[in-house]
Amino acid sequence: MLDIQNISKTFNPGTVNEKTALNGLSLHLNEGDFVTVIGGNGAGKSTMLNAVAGVWPVDEGRIMIDGTDVTRLSEHQRAKYIGRVFQDPMTGTAATMQIEENLALAARRGKPRTLRIGITRKEREEYKELLKSLDLGLENRLTARVGLLSGGQRQALTLLMATMNRPKLLLLDEHTAALDPKTALKVLTLSAKLVAENHLTTLMITHNMKDAIKYGNRLIMMHEGHIIYDVSGEEKQKLHVSDLLAKFQTASGGEFANDRMILS
Amino acid sequence: MEVLARLANLPGALPGACAQGLIWGIMAIGVYLTYRILDVADLTVDNSFGTGGAVCVMALLSGQNVWTALILAFAAGLACGLVTGLLHTFMGIPAILAGILTQLALYSVNLKIMGKANQSINVDKYDLLISLRWVKEFALHNPVIMVILITVILIGILYWFFGTELGCAIRATGSNPHMSRAQGINTDFNVVLGLAVSNGLVALSGALLAQYQGFADVSMGRGAIVIGLAAVIIGETIFSRIFHNFALKLVAVSIGAVIYYIVLQLVLTLGFDANLLKLLSAVVVAIFLAVPYWKGKYFSKPVSKKAQKEEQPHA
Repeated sequence: MLDIQNISKTFNPGTVNEKTALNGLSLHLNEGDFVTVIGGNGAGKSTMLNAVAGVWPVDEGRIMIDGTDVTRLSEHQRAKYIGRVFQDPMTGTAATMQIEENLALAARRGKPRTLRIGITRKEREEYKELLKSLDLGLENRLTARVGLLSGGQRQALTLLMATMNRPKLLLLDEHTAALDPKTALKVLTLSAKLVAENHLTTLMITHNMKDAIKYGNRLIMMHEGHIIYDVSGEEKQKLHVSDLLAKFQTASGGEFANDRMILS
Repeated sequence: MEVLARLANLPGALPGACAQGLIWGIMAIGVYLTYRILDVADLTVDNSFGTGGAVCVMALLSGQNVWTALILAFAAGLACGLVTGLLHTFMGIPAILAGILTQLALYSVNLKIMGKANQSINVDKYDLLISLRWVKEFALHNPVIMVILITVILIGILYWFFGTELGCAIRATGSNPHMSRAQGINTDFNVVLGLAVSNGLVALSGALLAQYQGFADVSMGRGAIVIGLAAVIIGETIFSRIFHNFALKLVAVSIGAVIYYIVLQLVLTLGFDANLLKLLSAVVVAIFLAVPYWKGKYFSKPVSKKAQKEEQPHA
């Protein structure tokens, strides 16, 4: 479904801030794969997701989604194939617009935006049902502005928006990192449920190793812009946090010390 | 006693102030679209206003009918916004600077359109839609009535437009560009479109003012952005608690412009030095722009625990 071929990206080339964020990265995802991505700070996890989403062009390599070469497509053109949820709950929704308007915007992702009405009566009914499935009481607040919702509610709504028209690819960029543990669990459970229901091909970055092992059918570990460990199936289910830490230690030459990862 | 004698002149000046306020109100609606919806402070308006006036007067002088002249002025405004939009999106120039550049360039363009610094148009010889001469007549061509009609029609069209898929995309672009791109919205296109529509309205307003006062002047739009912002802020301050609907918010902006001109008239009637008017406008707008900031910074009450609990019932 997703085919990343040998991509590289260097930020601020030729300056003192030069940083090679992706270094000949290749990754192939089969349809229905749910891949969790771990790695230390600056390993290139978010950069990889942004490269796939088309936030900026890559320096080298090719990105294919379901057989279509998207390397040269802009961010909004690629959105046709991709649903995204971000780390910051503020990023994924338009705060000054209503809940139903946000959903209507997402429903038209990948379709031409014309002079037809922005949200139909029929859609409103559908959204009500859809929101009911979240069990957050949002189904009675269709016309409330999204800015009034809590971080968890906004992430749940963003998830719904990202998955509602079954994208070929779902990108979750540490989407529970800014939430309190209880809310994070709720959003994570919802993510897994939506992915399973819609059979979505998913890339999920997480800092929590237990979650990385618990969710998905495949796990990749990144370091210095490429993948250093790729495990799937039964082997992945048997993993322990200590195994991952050991892997990390060898990969990074013992210098690995990310507090967040050790504590989790 | 002298003040009272002066005040006695006010009622006679009110219809004129209302008419001017309503005409500038259309410009202010244009400013609202960029400043509030697109979240861009567009300075193009200072001269796209004059472009509208110039195009309208020259079209009328060359024998076009008044509606054609207005449509041409609107189209000229669209083009002005298009230029600013492309400077901003295609050439990566910050929005404020892009607006200043276009505005500067338009000064020359306006001079070229008119051939000289101002062109007058005689209401006796040409069939104008509005004129200050009819301001006290009770008829359809009374500028107050006519401009109210035009404003209502424009607000109706804008209300429809911003409810369409395309209009929603423009609003989303202003609200959260990052999210918009993730939802497949071409944010560059929408910024350009928004700026074009906004300047189209501004130019239309300039065309109406040129007819109203009987001439177009190359600097007739100087300070337009400040008047526009003043109207937006006055409208919001007074009506934000009662007007939530988008159409009503635009009505509030229009009323804001009328209030601005009535206050201006009042100040002038009381004998204020007319040379200081722009200074006064700038100070008033600066204070009103600062109020929300001060409110947030110095006057925010600590949130009570009870309120906090209510804030996040089901996170």
